[in-house]
Amino acid sequence: MPRSVRIKDHWGEQRLFIGRTLFAGIAAVVLLLFVVGRLFWLQVVRHDYFTDLSQGNRVRLEPLPPDRGLIYDRNGVVIAENTPAFQLELTPEQVTNVGDTLRRLAAIGLVESDQVPALERLIRAARKFEAVPLRLSLSDADIATFAVRQFEFPGVEIQTRLARWYPYGDIAAHALGYVAAISEDDLKHINADEYAGSSVIGKLGLENTYEEQLHGTAGFRQVLVNAQGRHVDRLGSAPVKLDTRQPRAGNDIFLGLDIKVQRVAEESLHGRRGALIAIDPTTGDVVALASVPSFDPNKFTRGISTPEYATLRDDLDRPLFNRALRGAYPPGSTVKPMMALAGLEYNAIDPRATRFCRGYFTLPGSSRHYRDWKKDGHGTVDMRRAIATSCDVYFYGLADLLGIERVHAAMSALGFGKNTGIDIVGERPGLMPSAEWKRQTYKQAWYPGETVIVGIGQGYMLATPLQLAHAVAVIAARGHGFRPRLVTAVRDATTREVQTLPPVAEPAIALADPGNWQVVIEGMQMVTEAGGTAAAVQRGASYKIAAKTGTAQVFSLGQNEKYNASAVDERLRDHALFIAFAPAEAPKLAIAVLVENGGHGGSVAAPMARRVFDAFLLGKYDAAPLPLPPKGAPPEPQVN
Amino acid sequence: MLYDDGENSTARRTLTASARLLRRLHLDGPLLAALAAVVAFGLFVLFSATGENLPMWTSQLERLALAIVALVLLAQVPPAWLKRVSPILYGAGVLLLLAVMVHGDVGKGAQRWLVLGPLRFQPSELMKLGVPMMCAWYLHDRPLPPSLRDATVVLGIIALPALIIAKQPDLGTALLIGSAGILVVFLAGLSTVVIIAGLTLLGGAVPVAWHFMHDYQRQRVLMFLDPSQDPLGAGYHSIQSQIAIGSGGMFGKGWMNGSQAQLEFLPERSTDFIFAVIGEELGLLGQLFLVGLYLTVIGRALYMASEAQDTYARLVCGSFALTFFVYVFVNTGMVSGILPVVGVPLPLVSYGGTAMVTLMASFGVLMSLNRHRKLIGS
Repeated sequence: MPRSVRIKDHWGEQRLFIGRTLFAGIAAVVLLLFVVGRLFWLQVVRHDYFTDLSQGNRVRLEPLPPDRGLIYDRNGVVIAENTPAFQLELTPEQVTNVGDTLRRLAAIGLVESDQVPALERLIRAARKFEAVPLRLSLSDADIATFAVRQFEFPGVEIQTRLARWYPYGDIAAHALGYVAAISEDDLKHINADEYAGSSVIGKLGLENTYEEQLHGTAGFRQVLVNAQGRHVDRLGSAPVKLDTRQPRAGNDIFLGLDIKVQRVAEESLHGRRGALIAIDPTTGDVVALASVPSFDPNKFTRGISTPEYATLRDDLDRPLFNRALRGAYPPGSTVKPMMALAGLEYNAIDPRATRFCRGYFTLPGSSRHYRDWKKDGHGTVDMRRAIATSCDVYFYGLADLLGIERVHAAMSALGFGKNTGIDIVGERPGLMPSAEWKRQTYKQAWYPGETVIVGIGQGYMLATPLQLAHAVAVIAARGHGFRPRLVTAVRDATTREVQTLPPVAEPAIALADPGNWQVVIEGMQMVTEAGGTAAAVQRGASYKIAAKTGTAQVFSLGQNEKYNASAVDERLRDHALFIAFAPAEAPKLAIAVLVENGGHGGSVAAPMARRVFDAFLLGKYDAAPLPLPPKGAPPEPQVN
Repeated sequence: MLYDDGENSTARRTLTASARLLRRLHLDGPLLAALAAVVAFGLFVLFSATGENLPMWTSQLERLALAIVALVLLAQVPPAWLKRVSPILYGAGVLLLLAVMVHGDVGKGAQRWLVLGPLRFQPSELMKLGVPMMCAWYLHDRPLPPSLRDATVVLGIIALPALIIAKQPDLGTALLIGSAGILVVFLAGLSTVVIIAGLTLLGGAVPVAWHFMHDYQRQRVLMFLDPSQDPLGAGYHSIQSQIAIGSGGMFGKGWMNGSQAQLEFLPERSTDFIFAVIGEELGLLGQLFLVGLYLTVIGRALYMASEAQDTYARLVCGSFALTFFVYVFVNTGMVSGILPVVGVPLPLVSYGGTAMVTLMASFGVLMSLNRHRKLIGS
């Protein structure tokens, strides 16, 4: 292009502009003709096709829900499976008056009348073309009732779906959790595409934590339906290509839990309130996680009725409360081996040094008596003996020697005051007090007397049964702890490949003198020998049990009062605790037992642990089995 | 007036009086009539498309009043003043866009709104006027067709606000502003060789643009390429709007009788997809009628642009006229399924105020630049 000085040429510019404008105008007309051509195609050429589509003869996508992954115990026994059930469904776009339809269904007893508003909200939140389940399980009588009146309810139909079934009923319910109908709240944070056609979602326990693994991905199938929802095979005169995408089933998960051992644990606790956790100290695998009383998760899966739920919720024994993870209790004397370990590690005390126990302890310059559980005292005790006989005075003095900061540091290292990190939700951290904590919480200084009682696991300190089981597993493994976990492997639904999850090792507790573990473990072994507080638990056992008993006060006695079990209200009685591992020389199982208001740890909680040891180590499942729910049968109709 | 026979003198006098009033207000009669026809048709359709929602309808009416005030007021502004204010308008617009980027209100997941006391407005709307006016201002005293250097500068002027807006993210508005500016360069006579080279370059920029897109924008493009891929999610809009239009046929199902629209199968029926409601209820004829009205508006505006006397006026008027066409084409194209779904409303018909006010304002500017020409005299 020649470079030259250019001057404005107004006539030229105007001619150029008019040329461009003309071009643009013609281009605009041509482009709009394209649009008009398209409109002509849609409205004249393909008019019949689209008329059919719009007049109710439309392609509807039927979601194909995935099969939920199964849950297996450590021996490959299925403990959560899927069985067919009949459910009542409503498709919003086919129902003109949802409220009226629901009320009429309630009138013939197919939905509960007090659930009508909640169902209405659920239907409003759902997508118009997707069926919303109204009742998850129908009895034969319900099906018959609906069958004769189906014509009165266009858009409502009965569908066969796979429903979750827990063959062991209330056994391991607190570990498994349950699935239940997807609620309005759930709808807000799930991907609606993935849950198309699914009527349930994991609500608690493993079912909730491993929802992503277990759920899978929905598929869909295109079907032609007319306005009444009936399938038709043709659209106008044109054949229609229909798509199908198969769902991808959820992954199966494998647990370290042994359902037979679990059953022995729950049977042992039967009739009481409490928790028992058994952990493999070499991996952190949870072998049993019992919280009693329990509940039947099948009730939730198949749609629990309001009165049934109210009964569970308002039960004084709180069957829905997961004591193993969420119950925070004073750990009582079970902390003594750990206190001893702290004393050794901080060089506060020599294990052979003796102390005379005359039945009470006093702080220098104070007249207050901290009483021993044994009124006349234990006489002269060294550390091992103090653990074996559970001498309170020895540990009052030890705690005082250590001071609260060192006690706090040592106990925190063993996992108290924080979540263990187990792979199910809802865990509580308990409470490991410190001077700093008290200043922040109560704006008060820490008193030496408060340290003294922490020495025997009373006062502010609170621990969950899971924390106790974890701590005893750490002792059994001599400091090489593992994060407690339920799931040990996952099987991919498509490739059937089993992926084993490696145990999660926690940072090891390295003692200045590793021999200190031995001192404490020897003390714990003496607990189950003659003169120990749980000598009876060892009787007849072919393996050696190392243990510690605990009896935790629920309410405080006055200075001169005497504890009288029969006189105090049942719910104010002491909690019975027991921690143990076996075999002592090569530990395979660590257990913590808590029995609410159970009384003495040695006589009430220890035998429960023994039965679980026998079951796991020797395969002796002689506990009278609890009744199982009838195999595969849906429960009776739940509408009142 | 001399051969006034007295018999129909009253009617004639009214006519001349209104013509004189229009001239005094610098308004263009034919364009005003075409706009009024579009607006009236739009209000008629909107009543049905909102599902007989009277509050929505009256609020649209209020915004229409505001838009007309904007048109009439802007028509009074002398062209020389408009020309002088162009760079200021542009500069202020860019600053406001930056302000929105820093702390704007988030609506529907995009950052577009700026709150100033009781006012809540989108600076990007301001730029629909600001960008073409600035481009025209830059080019008006330079020799045309523009040199490559000038064209590059103008492209920069366009790209700055367009990129900010695309990032908000508001792809529809960015597209409109970008095309308004590019149309100025085109009308200024940029050489065809450069245009073809530019288009080729643009093709190469597609992967780059893809990189900067938000997920939902990518999804819309993918879905446009194959709507059957996701019939429940992203493809839903397109499929439903084609069903609505196709089932309308030649004459439509009748006003307020469209099952797709009235039963809410059609999403965004009163805003971006209102053209499908017209198709379903008033049929092909209804849509052709509206397209005809639009062509009248565009034709008249282009004619006025060619009549304008200086370069600035010509470029601005031409750009406004063609931008109006871009609105029409992009919206009807997306609703009928030949273009991807981008958020561009059907001009003067879709529910929603800001676009209506901006469009009317642009016509106000157009009239000012055109109807003052006798006063400039030269």
